[in-house]
Amino acid sequence: MPHLDLTLLPISLSGLATGTWVVLGVVGLFVPSRFVLSTIFPAGAMVALALAGAALGGLDSVPQAAILPLGLPDLPFHLRLDALSSFFLLLLGAGATGTSLYAAGYFRTLAQDGPGRPLNLLCLLYHLFLASMTWVLLADDAYFFMVAWETMALSSYFLVTTDHKIPEIRRAGFLYLLIAHLGAIAILLAFGLMQGGTGDYTFAAMRGGHMSPFWASATFLLALFGFGAKAGLLPLHAWLPEAHPAAPSPVSALMSGIMLKTAVYGLLRVIFDLLGFRFWWWGALMLVLGLVTALYGVLFAAVQSDVKRLLAYSSIENIGVIVSGLGLALLLHAFGKDAVGALALTATLYHALNHAFFKQLLFLGAGSVLHATTERNMDKLGGLIHRIPWVAGAALVGTLSIAGLPPFNGFVSEWLMLQAYLLTPALPLPYLNMTLPLGAAALVLAAALAAYAMVKFYGIIFLGQPRGLKLEEAHDAGPWERLGLLWLAAGCVLLGLFPVTVILQLDHVTQALIGHTLGESAARSGWVWLTPVNEDHASYSPVALLLAVAGALGLTFLAVRRLYHGRLRRGPAWDCGFPAQTWRMQDTAEGFGQPIKQIFSQFFGISREVPSPFDAYPHYRGEIRDRLWELTHRPMVRLAERISAWVGRLQQGRISIYLLYSFITLIALLAFVR
Amino acid sequence: MKTSATLFQLFQYVLVLLIAPLLLGWVNQCRAWMQNRRGPGVLQPYSALVKLFHKDAVLAFNASPLFRITPYVLFACMGLAAALVPVVATDLPLSPAVDVIALVGIFALARVFIALAAMDIGTAFGMLGARREMLVSFLAEPALLLVFFNAASISGSTSLSTIVGTFAERGFVIYPSMAFAAVAFVMVLLAENARIPVDNPSTHLELTMIHEAMILEYSARHLALIEWAGALKLLAYFTVGFALFLPSGIAAGSNWVALPLSLGTLALKLAVGGFGLALLETLSAKQRLFRVPEFLGTAFLLAVLAILIHYLLGT
Repeated sequence: MPHLDLTLLPISLSGLATGTWVVLGVVGLFVPSRFVLSTIFPAGAMVALALAGAALGGLDSVPQAAILPLGLPDLPFHLRLDALSSFFLLLLGAGATGTSLYAAGYFRTLAQDGPGRPLNLLCLLYHLFLASMTWVLLADDAYFFMVAWETMALSSYFLVTTDHKIPEIRRAGFLYLLIAHLGAIAILLAFGLMQGGTGDYTFAAMRGGHMSPFWASATFLLALFGFGAKAGLLPLHAWLPEAHPAAPSPVSALMSGIMLKTAVYGLLRVIFDLLGFRFWWWGALMLVLGLVTALYGVLFAAVQSDVKRLLAYSSIENIGVIVSGLGLALLLHAFGKDAVGALALTATLYHALNHAFFKQLLFLGAGSVLHATTERNMDKLGGLIHRIPWVAGAALVGTLSIAGLPPFNGFVSEWLMLQAYLLTPALPLPYLNMTLPLGAAALVLAAALAAYAMVKFYGIIFLGQPRGLKLEEAHDAGPWERLGLLWLAAGCVLLGLFPVTVILQLDHVTQALIGHTLGESAARSGWVWLTPVNEDHASYSPVALLLAVAGALGLTFLAVRRLYHGRLRRGPAWDCGFPAQTWRMQDTAEGFGQPIKQIFSQFFGISREVPSPFDAYPHYRGEIRDRLWELTHRPMVRLAERISAWVGRLQQGRISIYLLYSFITLIALLAFVR
Repeated sequence: MKTSATLFQLFQYVLVLLIAPLLLGWVNQCRAWMQNRRGPGVLQPYSALVKLFHKDAVLAFNASPLFRITPYVLFACMGLAAALVPVVATDLPLSPAVDVIALVGIFALARVFIALAAMDIGTAFGMLGARREMLVSFLAEPALLLVFFNAASISGSTSLSTIVGTFAERGFVIYPSMAFAAVAFVMVLLAENARIPVDNPSTHLELTMIHEAMILEYSARHLALIEWAGALKLLAYFTVGFALFLPSGIAAGSNWVALPLSLGTLALKLAVGGFGLALLETLSAKQRLFRVPEFLGTAFLLAVLAILIHYLLGT
């Protein structure tokens, strides 16, 4: 009888959760659609919640390892749960709870569709996707990691191509698959370098292995390429704005909110855990790359007209911010400035967690808008705050959070990140000292532009007059959807209000990765006051801020009522006395982005057709292209096609030829191996 | 001690609420004098507020709750901002809650709300105003933050109380970086408070207005709150500027004895500052909208330069 070891509880629970997800997915394949919606998805959400709980327990316990009797005969799957994995598992579990709840309501339209049982297949893939992401986070050897990584890529590919009858969606899916695999090759090579010819692919062996600085740097570059491709770092970002809009909204939410974070996890795992070196230029490279990505992403977000493309570009921006934060932490760590390094790392992890919440919330909000109106083009939306108030309310929380406004969660991580820049001590390289403040400037600019893009997002979709009659019939989200949105919105608010509590949990990760924590000083003045170093240096209290604003708001309201009156009349809009207002006089999404387009016109590939004054039916068309697309992706796709065509010659279609191949391979193996 | 500090905080809150319209009236009066007009008198904003509060509010048919709550949010945010800045004394109980970065955050929160409210009715001017406001702000906000960054790296703190304390203690030492930062700050002040050359507070000319375009649909008490919030914002910017660049006269700690002196200094500074603002506005002309990014880009670069100089000189 195996005895039950309570210290292994978090890892056993996590493993159990993934198993349950797989079982749920398989069961979902065979039961009626109604059952899938009412039971399987909510059960999946509960599993996610349990996973989050287990991860919370795993954060402050010692690293736990387990070996699964699966995989190849002498290469079993190694699992390990340490603080880093636990943090990302927490992010996954807590985020996926909301999305799974939402999915229970959202996919009801698929249930009515006829042949092919799309919902059942989707249910399997959805839960497999969740399970594979968990495996990626739990894997403790390169072999299992790659199996999980590929399962994740493939299941998400099939989820992206749910509507595979539309050619654009197939194309987007292909692009995603291509870049995912280019990245996977780089990651595989990185692992290959790290095992250093010993043939031992466990992470434990890699941790102890010795590499020369040159090969360590090569590994770093490969890992940055591989994980960067998954995360959407420039110049490998082009799949993101294609794949995210193509996928069903809960899937976009998971991909953007959580799957991109597995790439961040991979970077952290390889750089801070497995590689024994910390070179400052690694950090500097990540910092620059991250900031360029952030600015690029947010500029493109501001000029999009498609709801989900805008959010996808905003994800690129946030990934840029996260990678730049990692870069700063690595840079400081390389110079031994661990106290500030811990601050930068905390800010980065905090931002990753925040992004999981607000980006999922916004993607799900966009999904509800899509359901209510069947419209993804912002130029045909508007005024939805009156039609779908629940969704509008949740999306407002998401908008304020992502725009980095106090007292919501986006502001906390931005604040911490800026504090890290500000506290950066003098480094031995003068050039670096000079340029780091420029990094802060770029970060601040990206944040301000994000506010622009998000005001556009919310204002055009939910406010103003409806752009078209169809919106009159829009219906609000159902109960499951509301529950999911509420969960994520509550997360945004709570993460914003109680930063000290969150930082105390993040401490376990920073302790494990760079051996320094923030919590001791952050919590010195109690949970209300966030003080990264000490009270004199800086402090921020979201709770006090909220109370002060809310109190002043309430008092003002009462005072105005008491001293004057609350009389109110409704009338037509004034608009400087112009009587014939129609919805066509509002800004379109493109109009709202026009200043950005004009100011940063060099960065965009703009093509425009402007009508002439003599046109009987004036027609305007504007298009914004991503210039990097032509520079990087076209050549890559062409190269891949050429290689495939070349490899394709092997395919002769005759069984005798294939038997010959097997024969030659066998002979070759016999000759070379033994 | 604790009660005294709380009382002081309340005193400052009431003080800024009361004197904010006076500052606006003074600036308008100065402008009128410089432009050879008699002017309405410095108390005009108060009469305007009272009149607006007495009127019946008219809302557009399709105004959402967001539109109705925005004036209150705006007023609460700006009131808090003005109350937080060390105006007459440092070490206010509320000041640890909000440092300079959070102060910028509060301004941003108010701005996002007013921009959203402007888009709510769905009129041509509202959206135009919102778009332009966001355009101005995405350049002005980073510049402002970098100005604060500069002050923070000199004093080693982002807390306004500590910044003021540091600068007041060191007396009249001129920091070269702060000179650049001061120019950037004045440019941001002009832009963020809808002043010439970025915006014109006294125009309703359709093609040029920014702030006024956003609040066209507001009337009565809502408009009054927005106007009052605007005055508070101007006051907050002035007092932040004094705190950073002219900190002398702000009493350390909540000191009732030093109050008359610090109040007198404040009045003097506001009078001179208001006069300077009116002068700047009279001397310059309203710019085309697409010159504004250049104007603010200059401010942004000046702020960056200030930080570089700080790192270069190491002071």
